[in-house]
Amino acid sequence: MKGDLFAPGHRACAGCGPAIAMRHILRASGPDVIIAQATGCMEVTTTPYPETAWGVPWIHVTFENAASVASGIAEALKMQGRENTKVIAIGGDGGSADIGFGALSGMLERGHDVLYITYDNESYANTGVQRSGLTPMYAATTTTPAGSKIPGKTQRKKDLPMIAAAHHIPYVATASIAFIEDFEAKIRKALSIKGPKYIQVLAPCVPGWGIPENKTIYYARKAVETGMWVLYEIENGKLKINYRPQKLAPVKEYLEGQRRFKHLTPELIEKIQDFVKAEYEKLVSKDGMQLF
Amino acid sequence: MVKKILEGSHAVAEAVKLCRPHVLGMYPITPSTHIPERLAEFVNNGELNASLIRVEAEFSAISSIVGAAATGSRVFTATSSQGLALMHEVLYAASGMRLPMVMVVANRALSAPINIWNDWQDAISERENGWIQLFVENVQEAVDTVIQAYRITEDERVYNPVMVNMDGFYLTHVYEPVDIPDQKDVDEFLPPLNYKYKLDPKKPLTHGPFAYPVPYAMLRKRNFDDFHSFEPIVKEVHDEFAKKFGRSYGDGIIEEYKNDRPITIVTMGSISGTVKELVDSRDDVGLVRVRLYRPFPKERVAEALEGKEMVLVIEKDVAMGSRSGALFLDIRDALFSMRDRPRINNAIGGIGGTDITREDIAKAIDELKEKDGEIHWFEMRG
Repeated sequence: MKGDLFAPGHRACAGCGPAIAMRHILRASGPDVIIAQATGCMEVTTTPYPETAWGVPWIHVTFENAASVASGIAEALKMQGRENTKVIAIGGDGGSADIGFGALSGMLERGHDVLYITYDNESYANTGVQRSGLTPMYAATTTTPAGSKIPGKTQRKKDLPMIAAAHHIPYVATASIAFIEDFEAKIRKALSIKGPKYIQVLAPCVPGWGIPENKTIYYARKAVETGMWVLYEIENGKLKINYRPQKLAPVKEYLEGQRRFKHLTPELIEKIQDFVKAEYEKLVSKDGMQLF
Repeated sequence: MVKKILEGSHAVAEAVKLCRPHVLGMYPITPSTHIPERLAEFVNNGELNASLIRVEAEFSAISSIVGAAATGSRVFTATSSQGLALMHEVLYAASGMRLPMVMVVANRALSAPINIWNDWQDAISERENGWIQLFVENVQEAVDTVIQAYRITEDERVYNPVMVNMDGFYLTHVYEPVDIPDQKDVDEFLPPLNYKYKLDPKKPLTHGPFAYPVPYAMLRKRNFDDFHSFEPIVKEVHDEFAKKFGRSYGDGIIEEYKNDRPITIVTMGSISGTVKELVDSRDDVGLVRVRLYRPFPKERVAEALEGKEMVLVIEKDVAMGSRSGALFLDIRDALFSMRDRPRINNAIGGIGGTDITREDIAKAIDELKEKDGEIHWFEMRG
């Protein structure tokens, strides 16, 4: 196949963050890989039968089982002596943090040789932008609308990378599609390690976040610059922060221009700022420490 | 061949071992759980070279072996009741993707209330899911049918998952003398799997894509049409097995027992043993045992029931909303186009592990002999 293993012409939205993530997953993995994907935007838009965007063997079964399907693939490859072929499971935030959470935990705990990648667009974008466990605090979604009484989602984002790391797996990383070399390097590193690996990549959703098509990367970068999303690795239990801005940009710069945060009052923005600062400092204070 | 006295579950595990599966997805549930336990012993003692995945839920048991089957490995799982219900979504995906897979279901009642004992509601509730379903009468048939199931599912003309149903407790926990075939014979009967559409970077394929209405409907129709073509292949495999191993189960599709009498009982599974005893004790009743439940062998059943005065369908399930059991619906449908169709009645029992005795059946026959379309419930005891 010429060019990318992830072919253009799929049905994802213009400026789709997750589609960028898919393309770079395959750039980093190369062709000797099998992908198991959960139901979601990236499954639906890339495989309208009889077309497919995938230049590598790929399987989708249901929403909640990418991790268990991948477990079976990895074991089959092992039994067949085809262990050189890598296995990557891919799910969105709903498929990974919510409905597929048990399957993901089982896969990590059992120790299969699989890299699990969550593309995190912070909502059930495929079904019309509903709240997921990874939707950030005060974001408006179609099931947590910005009401006069309740201003969007009231809970914090589930800390899935840390939960993954608590399984004592050899490698966990966070990434952003704005830092594409970092993302690809993390995939390559993960694939060089035997056992279960977990990467969570922040991938903005144009219609879900209510941002212009040409601002996908902008917001993926702003998330990191403001500390809303921190790039780190946990290798054999040890935390390493990969990117520390000299000074955190105010979260306002990230929140501004996103429809899902349009309703925020100065008080709520301040609450988010305080929360992000506290969380960031807590995390950074553990840099270099053996967490698990 | 070695004759051993084995618990039903352990005999099934022996049969699975003989088939040399590569990947097993296993989760404990009563009463199927002795099957994975014995397989785990085989794996951990080096008697079976397989990866046994101790998953975190039945949903992952079936999902993991879907992944392994799509990768070209021979797979196995076993479950019961709530476990099968939890697998439901993936069962449709597996048959929709036409994967070669074998699962043993130790049939058990469904909640609520929760009940661990035998009936068929678990398998019956999966009758539209596109899996081939076989019901066995005894432990020997369970052993032989597992071996046949692999041949059926791995036949290129089939490539469709197979469910082997055995009555929970009555068959899984009973000790029976069983012939365990020789490994050499099984190896000859069941060559290594060479699945043509496996996930392979040398020949990348997309499995389980998204389909718009027209291609979706076309693929569903294709599976619907193909499904009925499996019946002669099930028979072919059964006949070949009979030739090699010297054991047969009717014609592989149904079993007729003294079916030259005016009244015929139609049923499935282990209750057929009780019915056979009754048949032996009188001269007006015969038996048709349905072995292949899905695809339902409509013509074959009709042929076996032609000219009968009365047909009594005995079953351990209900078709909620249909005012009868589910097997009854299929049998009545098989009689639909018959000119002088027999009277047909339904007897429901064995629900949640209640007993069905020979006397219960005799009583039902006497009560229903002249009736047509009656739904009778056996007395609840046990």
